[in-house]
Amino acid sequence: MARRDNPEINAGSMADIAFLLLIFFLVTTTMNVDSGISKKLSEKPPIDYVPPVIKKKNIFEVNINRNNELLVEGERMDVKDLKDEAVKFIDNGGGIGNPSEDGTPGKACDYCKGEKSDASSDHPSKAIISVQSDRGTDYGTYIVVQNELLKAYTELRNRLSRERYGMSYDELEQAFIDAKKSADLSSQVDKLRKKVEDIKTSYPQIISDAEPTS
Amino acid sequence: MSKFRKKKKGIPAVNTAALPDIVFMLLFFFMVTTTMRETNLVIENPRLPGATEIKKLEDKSLVSTIYIGKSKDPNRDGVGFNKIQLNDKISSADQVPAFIFSKRDKIAEALHPFMTTSIKADKESNVGTVIDVRLKLRDVNALKINYSTTAAADN
Repeated sequence: MARRDNPEINAGSMADIAFLLLIFFLVTTTMNVDSGISKKLSEKPPIDYVPPVIKKKNIFEVNINRNNELLVEGERMDVKDLKDEAVKFIDNGGGIGNPSEDGTPGKACDYCKGEKSDASSDHPSKAIISVQSDRGTDYGTYIVVQNELLKAYTELRNRLSRERYGMSYDELEQAFIDAKKSADLSSQVDKLRKKVEDIKTSYPQIISDAEPTS
Repeated sequence: MSKFRKKKKGIPAVNTAALPDIVFMLLFFFMVTTTMRETNLVIENPRLPGATEIKKLEDKSLVSTIYIGKSKDPNRDGVGFNKIQLNDKISSADQVPAFIFSKRDKIAEALHPFMTTSIKADKESNVGTVIDVRLKLRDVNALKINYSTTAAADN
């Protein structure tokens, strides 16, 4: 018997099927990049831990009440003014800083441009921002406040970095990350790391969360 | 008649034989890049607050996520924006340490200090709930946290 020729399978609708699948994946794909405010918690203090005595002028108190209102250093304030006030506090530089790790005594802040007032912080390394919120405060408000405080640090770091290295801190950090990734820039990694560390330690972020009021 | 025939022959149809190939290529790209959400949300998708000073979370395998928000099923879980979701169910802050330990089990010990906890809380959640979670995280030494936010325009 003569074999009948196999008719070719019609592949014309293949594209349609592929399209259908494609559209399904297009719709279900979420390319979400997780991003947010990073924070490092302090370790749990031992039971017999005695908190060090800190001068009142070195603490910048921010209180948020349950109606999401702000009390900064005993005065009511709008969120939009918080950043400038924080910058003023951190950058005051009225005294000498913490002694460094190798034992040399602390120096006055020579890069600060603040008022050098006696009533405000001594040195950026001593300036502590303490945020106390109520248990009933909205999380959104809390984040806004944290964000404003971080903005204050970013502003100061950018300024200092521009003065010392001719580029903003963001650019410096980016350059450091790029150098770490690519092989032919490896000679610059250490230099950049030093620069980043220098700016970081000049304006360390010290934001502490006080026990909430209930 | 012959004149008409010639005109029809003029432009050949575009060859679409390679179309499936192109589409398949796109298809595979999306299939590979798609990550199906591992946990389905028991709470309503939290409306994240906006912020400008944000950092990206780099390594997703080292991130454990805690959701805080309003339950989808208020009859079962109760109302309010302060429900904590761990894995697939509503939990209390006391269960956070167990959650962190279970995540740690899957990851090499050397990488434990780099593990980050991402807190995805709704704007209207209370700070008290977040602080409860944070205290529990501190108890088990999960010190790196990330308050998940959306990128807001700078003002």
